[in-house]
Amino acid sequence: MEIQTKTVDRNLLLELSGELDHQGARSALRELELAVDAALPHHLVLDLGGVTFMDSSGIALILRAQQRMRLLDGGLLVRNVPAQARRVLDAAGISRLVTIK
Amino acid sequence: MRTKAVNEVTMAFLSRSCNESFIRSAAACFAAQMDPTLNELEDIKTAVSEAVTNAIVHGYPDTVGQVVVKLRIWPDNVLELTVRDHGRGIPDVEKARQPMFTTGGEERSGMGFTIMESFMDRVTVRSSLGRGTTVAMRKRLTPRLKTVK
Repeated sequence: MEIQTKTVDRNLLLELSGELDHQGARSALRELELAVDAALPHHLVLDLGGVTFMDSSGIALILRAQQRMRLLDGGLLVRNVPAQARRVLDAAGISRLVTIK
Repeated sequence: MRTKAVNEVTMAFLSRSCNESFIRSAAACFAAQMDPTLNELEDIKTAVSEAVTNAIVHGYPDTVGQVVVKLRIWPDNVLELTVRDHGRGIPDVEKARQPMFTTGGEERSGMGFTIMESFMDRVTVRSSLGRGTTVAMRKRLTPRLKTVK
């Protein structure tokens, strides 16, 4: 799991690539917490374009991101979701809770 | 006479999360002989990943133990996946299967069983406290037209 972090004007972009499974999500969760603490963003974008596999561990990561952004009164967008990850999110009904583009 | 599986493979490994990726790839490689669609293959990988992660996280929370994954192909294009641990067991299986229920903290979403149920045709769970858990899943793959030789 690799994560690229970019911050522009309190907008935080996290680009994830690799396998977002239990092991991958653990390191992603740590990176997410650190990046949000450092940037205190108004908006957070999780870009899943490079994710080659995702299971429910990825859902935990997205829900945690949403929780952090709510506490900051900010917004979360999940974008570039690959087909397999999309089916996991749909099966769990996550698109009702989180903005996915 | 009992029906025999057309083919089967058994994999035993330690409950370390670095094995998750290997096991789901191995499961997908085994299932490939059934000529699955790409979606079916991804469904199988995802379901294996969920069950194996549960065994690692919930079966052996404070220790490292053995997890056994068995894959069997039955007649009529049915794939059966069984994931067994000899760990802690689940106190209330019905509750554990509810969406968003988890005892795994913020690392877990509580959606594992929901995903397994959504991606497979049938999911059964047997668990005994202190003795372990077995998750068995079945999926019938779409038969594809064979090329006429």
